[in-house]
Amino acid sequence: TPAAADRLGLGRPALTEEIAAWDIDVRPDGQGLPEGRGDVMTGEGLYIDNCAVCHGDFGEAVGRWPVLAGGQGTLNHEDPNKTIGSYWPYLSTVYDYVHRAMPFGNAQSLSDDDVYAITAYLLYLNDLVEDDFELSRENFAEVRLPNEENFFMDDRDEVELPAFTREPCMENCKETVEITARAAVIDVTPEDTAARERRAA
Amino acid sequence: MTDRSGASRRDFLRAGLAGSAAALASGTLARAAGPDPAITELQPWMTELGEGVDARPYGKPSQFEAHVVRRNVAWLTADPISSVNFTPLHELDGILTPNGLCFERHHAGIAEIDPAKHRLMINGLVDTPLVFTMADLMRFPRENRVYFLECAANSGMEWRGAQLNGCQYTHGMIHNVMYTGVRLKHLLDEAGVRTNGKWILPEGGDASGMTRSIPIEKAMDDCLVAFKMNGEALRPEQGYPLRLVVPGWEGNMWVKWLRRIEVGDEPWHHREETSKYTDLLEGGKARRFTWVMDAKSVITNPSPQAPITHGRGRTVLTGVAWSGRGTIPRVDVTIDGGKNWYQARMDGPSLDKSMHRFYFEFDWDGSPLLLQSRAHDSTGYVQPTKDELRAFRGVESIYHNNGIQTWYVNEKGEAENVEIS
Repeated sequence: TPAAADRLGLGRPALTEEIAAWDIDVRPDGQGLPEGRGDVMTGEGLYIDNCAVCHGDFGEAVGRWPVLAGGQGTLNHEDPNKTIGSYWPYLSTVYDYVHRAMPFGNAQSLSDDDVYAITAYLLYLNDLVEDDFELSRENFAEVRLPNEENFFMDDRDEVELPAFTREPCMENCKETVEITARAAVIDVTPEDTAARERRAA
Repeated sequence: MTDRSGASRRDFLRAGLAGSAAALASGTLARAAGPDPAITELQPWMTELGEGVDARPYGKPSQFEAHVVRRNVAWLTADPISSVNFTPLHELDGILTPNGLCFERHHAGIAEIDPAKHRLMINGLVDTPLVFTMADLMRFPRENRVYFLECAANSGMEWRGAQLNGCQYTHGMIHNVMYTGVRLKHLLDEAGVRTNGKWILPEGGDASGMTRSIPIEKAMDDCLVAFKMNGEALRPEQGYPLRLVVPGWEGNMWVKWLRRIEVGDEPWHHREETSKYTDLLEGGKARRFTWVMDAKSVITNPSPQAPITHGRGRTVLTGVAWSGRGTIPRVDVTIDGGKNWYQARMDGPSLDKSMHRFYFEFDWDGSPLLLQSRAHDSTGYVQPTKDELRAFRGVESIYHNNGIQTWYVNEKGEAENVEIS
């Protein structure tokens, strides 16, 4: 007979230790933060050893690796510099992401205290705390990042859809057409030599 | 002219044929200058035996299709590990993307996972937190669905102006395959979502531990946990052995190597929905949670990587269109930069939140063309121009560029990525 019940009885209950091993996510309200603490000076040492090779001594980044500090006040400029200090809304994201995914190539190698210390140092690099600051689970929620208020929920349905839901022009829609920009002038596309030769053959 | 070998005589004949074909007026049948050696000479494959059935246990494309590959643009990212490559849209037809050509986007490289050691955990605001093996997942009722997966950053390099020369690069962060999997709803029901469970957090098993917040309504609606694509197991680069399918929504949310789903009462605001995948608008404020991919289209032939090589006369224009809000009942095309538009011919299956194929056949008179396509989706939304989008957003939002693409085709049939007034 076909299965009828809502629950099929598949899988098995997750054990507490298993959930603890995998559930490391942290939310802006602090849910998920582990016990622990770390200060700016400890964070500086950890950062120099584990992070600076890509992100630069001051969070300014090496090459195309992400910039972590600076950029305040550039979001309404050409080429905005989107960093933790200038753009990120929540400190919890810093803790969560560093803990789960950094250093790049050696993820999940930092202890809970290490991550508190590095997070404190990143606040210092962004001029948001003094050099004697210590971050802990207890004071975490008191720290607010400067750009928190400048995000808003997707409003395309209200703002854009009315303008783009329409019967468009089909005939004699414009008098003249001019080319205003050309990719060939910029010339940054990889050469496709094999395909070009094949087409010419 | 040197004439010491049969090969050079054949080359001469071939060149003569091409020249006379190009000179023909449209509508007239080409006349052979002489017998075609492809017919009059025995070719090796007409006389020699080919490989047997045990030579290719898993077949590959013809050696003559070796140029049909995913391509990377090295300067886009810091390294090729957290990076992206591009589907060769200009070489494909129909609506399904071959598995080996589906673009890749990784944040910590390709995780190579032994399915016997893969687990899916469901925890958080549920009655019973659960662990599933792959074998457990195979015992749930399955569904087959064709969906497009488009990276939120597809066409993102084009916000400021025409930059990359080819639809592979401007539009190739997309693929469209048939997924086989289990409704996420079945798995969540098995754990029992509590009444305060309003969001889920899918998490990947790779070293980036990818996470995104998804509202429970979407999770319970049409999301799949998929283990097959186009009939076979997911490719490692597409999340083998398990990935999330989030129909119509930005590709970043389709978490690969899916190992855990947490249920919560608030979104998590993780890195990929704060620092990334938020859309900075003019003035400095940013949209968050821009999940849906709006209606979009692109002409794949002719295009910069696929010029017109046959000269004037009968020409097939083709392309693809898709919408995260439904189907694509109609695509308009123009060959004069938008002065006049024609309804293209849709062909192939029209499936919800899937790629659609369109064609427009015309006689090319050899004069320059300005080609555009304009998708209409089943909600009545009509694909906007890039300038119309910029009026709402500026040029710094990186993601969700679904503006109309223009190709300029010159008298020689060569095509270029341009913008027009």
